[in-house]
Amino acid sequence: MNVMKEREIYLFELALEGELNTDEQNEFNQLLETNPQLKMDYEEQKKIKGVLMNMSLKNPGKEFWDGYWLNIYNRIERGIAWILISISAIIIAGYGIYEAITNLLADTNIPGFMKILIIVFVISLAILIFSLIREKLASSKKDKYREIQR
Amino acid sequence: MKRAYYSALAIVGNHDDAMELSQQAFLRAYNNFSKFDPERKFFTWYYKILRNLCLNFIRDNKNKHYFIEGIEYKDESDIQSELERNEAIEKVKWALNQLEHSDREIIMLKEFENYSYKEIAEMLDIPLGSVMSKLFYARKKLANKMK
Repeated sequence: MNVMKEREIYLFELALEGELNTDEQNEFNQLLETNPQLKMDYEEQKKIKGVLMNMSLKNPGKEFWDGYWLNIYNRIERGIAWILISISAIIIAGYGIYEAITNLLADTNIPGFMKILIIVFVISLAILIFSLIREKLASSKKDKYREIQR
Repeated sequence: MKRAYYSALAIVGNHDDAMELSQQAFLRAYNNFSKFDPERKFFTWYYKILRNLCLNFIRDNKNKHYFIEGIEYKDESDIQSELERNEAIEKVKWALNQLEHSDREIIMLKEFENYSYKEIAEMLDIPLGSVMSKLFYARKKLANKMK
C-alpha cells in the first residue's frame, strides 16, 4: 500500500468533507495533478462516501426508546435491592451464628470437645463461603480490555 | 441514549446485543460516576466504558458471527429502485463485515454516526491526525472489498 504523508491525508480528508479553504484547495489540486494514484484514491473514496452518506442505521422505533430508560431504571433499582438484601442477610446470619454459638457455649449437656468441633465447623464454613465470594468477585472484575483506550 | 445504542450497534452488529451492552454501560457509568472528570464530555467517558464492554463481549463470543444489521436508506424516495437500494445495502453490509473491527468502528463513527474528526479523536483517545489516517486507510479497504 502506498504510504501517504500526514499533510496529504489531512487535505484528502478535508476535501472529502468539502472543508478545504482556498489555499488548501489549490494545494490539493496540485497534489492531484502530480499524483495519479492520489487522484484515483480520491475519486474512489468520494464515490464510497457518496454511497455511505445515503445510508443510516435503522431507528428501532418509539416503543423501543420508551422502554430503554425504563429498563435501565429497573436494573438500577434491582441492583440496589440486591445490595440491601445481601447486607441484611449477612447481618441476620451473623446475629444467628452469634446467638447459636452463645447458646452452644451455655449448654451444659453438650460435651466440650463437641462444642469446639461445632465452632470449628461453623468458622470453616464461613471462611469457605467468604473465599468463594471473593473469588467470584475477583473474576468478575477481571477485564482484559480495562486498560485499552485506543 | 440513541448515540449509545447506535455506537454499540456499530461495534457488535446486532440489535439485541447493542441494546443490552449500551444499557450495561449506563449502569457501569452510574456505578463509577465518582471517577468521571466533569471537565471532560460525558459521552467520551461513557464511550470508553461501552467500547470495553463491547470488546469483551466480542472476545467472549468468538463463535458468534459478526454481521451488521439495521442499515437502511435515508431517503426511500430516492430515484433508485428498491431492488437497487437493497443491493447497495447488502454490498455495504458485506464489505463492512469483512473489515477488521478497528476499521469498521472508525467508518461507522464517521460515516454512519456523523461524528467530527475531533469527537472521534476524543472518543478513541488518539490524535486527530491518526483519526484521519485511520479513516483514509479504512475507507480504502472498504472500497477494495466493494469492488
